[in-house]
Amino acid sequence: MVDTATKNRIFGTPKSTFLNHVNTISSWMFTLDHKRIGIMYLVGVTLALFLAGVFALVLRTHLFTFDGEMLTNAQYNQMFTLHGAVMVFSFIIPSIPAALGNIVLPMMLGAKDVAFPRMNLMSFYLWIIGTGCLLAAILFGDGLDTGWTFYTPYSIETNTGVVWATFGAFVLGFSSIFTGLNFLVTINTMRAKGQTWFKLPLFLWSLYATSIIQVLATPVLGITLLLLIAEKTMHVGIFDPTYGGDPVLFQHFFWFYSHPAVYIMILPAMGVISELISVYSQKRIFGYSFIAFSSVAIALLGFLVWGHHMFTSGQSQVLTLIFSAITFTVAIPSAVKVFNWLATLYKGSILLNTPMCYALSFIFLFGIGGLTGLFLGALSVDIHLHDTYFVVAHFHFVMVGGTLTALLGGLFHWWPKIFGRMYNDFMGRAFCFLVFAGFNLTFFPQFVMGARGMPRRYATYDPEFLIFHQISTVGAFVLGVGILGAFLVLVYAAFKGPRCGANPFRAASLEWQTSSPPDFHNFIHQPVLNDPYDFDSLVYDEDLETYISREFADPEKVPPKKEPVHH
Amino acid sequence: MSDHHDDLPRFNHPVSTKLLFGVFFSLIGLTVLTVVTSALWKVSELPEAFAFPVAMIIATMKAFLVCAFFMHMWWDKGFNVLAFLSSGLFVALFIGLTLMDSSHYQENIDSFPRNNVKQPVIVPINDGGNVEET
Amino acid sequence: MGLAKTRQSPGLLLLLKLETDMATVDAHADDHHHDDHDHPPFIAHHFDDAEQQFDSGKLGIWLFLVTEVLFFSGLFVAYTLYRNHHPEIFQQAHVFLDKYLGGLNTIVLLFSSLTMALAVRSAQLGRNKNCGIYILITMVCASMFLGVKAVEYSHKWDMGIWVRSSWSSDADSLSYGHHEGQLGIAKSLGVSDRLIWLSAIPAVLLAGSLIASVIGFVTKKELFGKFMLAMSVMVGGYFLGAGVGQVYQNVKEGSGDSHEHASLQEQQPMQLLAMTQEDQDHADDDKKSDDADHSHDEEHSHGSEKAEYDKEHPDPETLDRDIGIFFSIYYCMTGLHAIHIIAGIIALAWIYWRCLAGHWRSDYFGPVDYVGLYWHLVDLIWIYLFPLLYLID
Repeated sequence: MVDTATKNRIFGTPKSTFLNHVNTISSWMFTLDHKRIGIMYLVGVTLALFLAGVFALVLRTHLFTFDGEMLTNAQYNQMFTLHGAVMVFSFIIPSIPAALGNIVLPMMLGAKDVAFPRMNLMSFYLWIIGTGCLLAAILFGDGLDTGWTFYTPYSIETNTGVVWATFGAFVLGFSSIFTGLNFLVTINTMRAKGQTWFKLPLFLWSLYATSIIQVLATPVLGITLLLLIAEKTMHVGIFDPTYGGDPVLFQHFFWFYSHPAVYIMILPAMGVISELISVYSQKRIFGYSFIAFSSVAIALLGFLVWGHHMFTSGQSQVLTLIFSAITFTVAIPSAVKVFNWLATLYKGSILLNTPMCYALSFIFLFGIGGLTGLFLGALSVDIHLHDTYFVVAHFHFVMVGGTLTALLGGLFHWWPKIFGRMYNDFMGRAFCFLVFAGFNLTFFPQFVMGARGMPRRYATYDPEFLIFHQISTVGAFVLGVGILGAFLVLVYAAFKGPRCGANPFRAASLEWQTSSPPDFHNFIHQPVLNDPYDFDSLVYDEDLETYISREFADPEKVPPKKEPVHH
Repeated sequence: MSDHHDDLPRFNHPVSTKLLFGVFFSLIGLTVLTVVTSALWKVSELPEAFAFPVAMIIATMKAFLVCAFFMHMWWDKGFNVLAFLSSGLFVALFIGLTLMDSSHYQENIDSFPRNNVKQPVIVPINDGGNVEET
Repeated sequence: MGLAKTRQSPGLLLLLKLETDMATVDAHADDHHHDDHDHPPFIAHHFDDAEQQFDSGKLGIWLFLVTEVLFFSGLFVAYTLYRNHHPEIFQQAHVFLDKYLGGLNTIVLLFSSLTMALAVRSAQLGRNKNCGIYILITMVCASMFLGVKAVEYSHKWDMGIWVRSSWSSDADSLSYGHHEGQLGIAKSLGVSDRLIWLSAIPAVLLAGSLIASVIGFVTKKELFGKFMLAMSVMVGGYFLGAGVGQVYQNVKEGSGDSHEHASLQEQQPMQLLAMTQEDQDHADDDKKSDDADHSHDEEHSHGSEKAEYDKEHPDPETLDRDIGIFFSIYYCMTGLHAIHIIAGIIALAWIYWRCLAGHWRSDYFGPVDYVGLYWHLVDLIWIYLFPLLYLID
């Protein structure tokens, strides 16, 4: 028990926070504070999301009719390439780790900042430069029409801005490495005293696994893109068959990075969901160590399956079999997570607020996305489904249904912590429903038409597929409205929402043990290290109208601690 | 083998100069050895198939010396060593799986029509111009 | 194991360690470090102590080295693949690389690694002056390496050896030996134009750093003057390397020495020359070649020294059409390595500056250690590049 004045100073809404303690433009631009960098990243990736989202809507509008008169074929190619490249490199990869993770990670460790704050800021500026180069391909390089994968030999032949775009992706790769390296070191060396590996929140385990991939795989993307630039400008003959090069080698190079990168996109999302499911069920996460190790297992297995993108590229039979077999094993740790989340929900006191709605959508959508991945991993089926809309639907279920949903869920979960203000929960849920409905409307028909043979990346199509494409287009606009609405709810809350306390959701990880918004140095006191999933360690404080640790509360007013139940 | 200094913080392990020089001269010795062995396969009866593995083994021995003593890995934290060595594992994976695959379609690349670029040939310096004129 | 950190204390809960006097907190949000009394200035505000800062930096640099290894791995994959499928290209091409120049560079780099390790040791013992001397030697070796490399590159360019797609098309563009239009300075030094052009950058740097050094001493900025003087010594290393390499090159060509790579140069100096298909047809007609099949897909072309070459090398008839891939890989690997050397020199210069400022002490030497690790990695990569590129048989 501490005296009331101290308690109020720690948990009450502070006058000086990281948001306002110095508030000039340069104090934001050159800040080394991880929370401010995270917010700048968040603004950046959101803009990238809307830009690439507009590209997607243009594509869908074009596909509303089967003869596609809105865009020329070349414009169509450029549209889907830029949609993919901006979404993947500028939005999804940095979204959860660099934006949300940056804000939350040091606080979860009870640390003042990440290990290398200058590198963190550098990462953000590299992100800006890289995204700028990607967009420069549109302005100065006659667009880009290779698909986000830059496959040779077409990327060598085309006259569009491949060099701009690959250089942009190269720089974005370094931005991603810097974030990953920073997180690995921070989690290794800056944990609070007594915070052992198995007392880390699961979000940190997933960020750790993500960072392993970022550090190990992204450099390979770097050299791949450098060699592609060398090939395009000087014809060094490594990828170009007209000079004796091996174009399939490019695919090996590219997927050695880009398949693990798929897990860079989904693993942090899984971490967010682990937090949300547990907090909003008010129940200890089921199978903590299984979820933790499955993250690491996914990260490592992710390096062994890149060849499943190349089943129809002339890859050898033996290797195809090996890659197919290992691909199936990735399903095991993924399923471990899903079953553990479901088991956590069981008999929990479930609160169906906005973040939880996103978490439940995630489980549903990721389930479909993951299971259809098994169809594609099966050799014979993949020959039929390869490069059809089935593939498009599959990875959108994982990336949008998974990562974007989890990002939104995470934002709604941590928003009150970041800005100290509460959003309108009804509006949040309403737009969550629009996102969920719009998403399914967009992508479910794509499974059907893909299975019936509609190839991806085609500007026109057989009238047989008209109805599916039209449903999909309508769904895309619903999805667009849903995402826009969700962000409007958040932005409104950040400025005008009602004040909320330090811990409105009764969450037990360390970031909730400081005021909302947090102090510039995160904690003005030494946080009490407790189990991140022991919700009974928090009690409601009537003066502050929020949950605080038992250690801070008046022992006479709080209910006794429950004895842990052993099954 | 590191000097013992009681007054230094515990993360500070200076390596003795004797050891550093010893490592350096071993490295020079191995460099000479690898140059000598590379010529050995020409003059002796030994099968040339050994040339590449022997060169790689010597290079790896040198790499070990540099890593262990110059880079202080010998005294470093196990986690740092593990992190660095794991990179070798991933490189091996990358090389191994790619190599397994590429011989499958190598014929297609060999028979792929080449761009009409210049063909390298060896000519005497003073004849260089003549080739063009003829 | 590093997983279980030493700083952990047992027990689930740590007791509250509230600051007793928190009155200043609100007034100065910036100033509330917990342990101001034992927080020396070299420790960043977010670290608890020197050890945590050092451990973080060390793990960070090791992870950075991991990314470097994987960055280079792509080129090693390309190398392995092409060598595996086309060993004949590597057989034919490696003779254009001089293993003694490569060996010289290996020894230069190994020596720089030694001095780097000694510099780290000096920093660990807080001997800033010694550390500075060792780092200066390391930097001189680094630029000497680049000097030798410049001789190698310019020599190859003179022979018309570029990447796969761009062999020099005609003899006029080659600048082997004395020729018309040669730069006066190149002629008087007996070196190639291209070496002169390459050396222009270090020459400018040398002049600039000397001038800056003089300005520094005149304006009584001793530290700056000393630093720039050291930089000019460092750049001088480049000219030392280039000089040694060029002298070696001249001696070798003058004596037509008898090492195996000289088999191409037995009678008179030889060069690689690129020929179009038509050129080859002409050449073949002149030689009255009876081989009528000159399709592009055949690996046959006919150099004028075919017969002599065959005596030495019965196996390959002439150079493989894809021989340029070897040089593409060579330029990519050594070029990327050279970029890392340049980056290393910049990092070393930063460390050197801080040596002069006397920053290193037995509980704060991290940056020297980290730059040292990076420098050893650059050496490590060269240890593999040398046998892979120069010692093929």
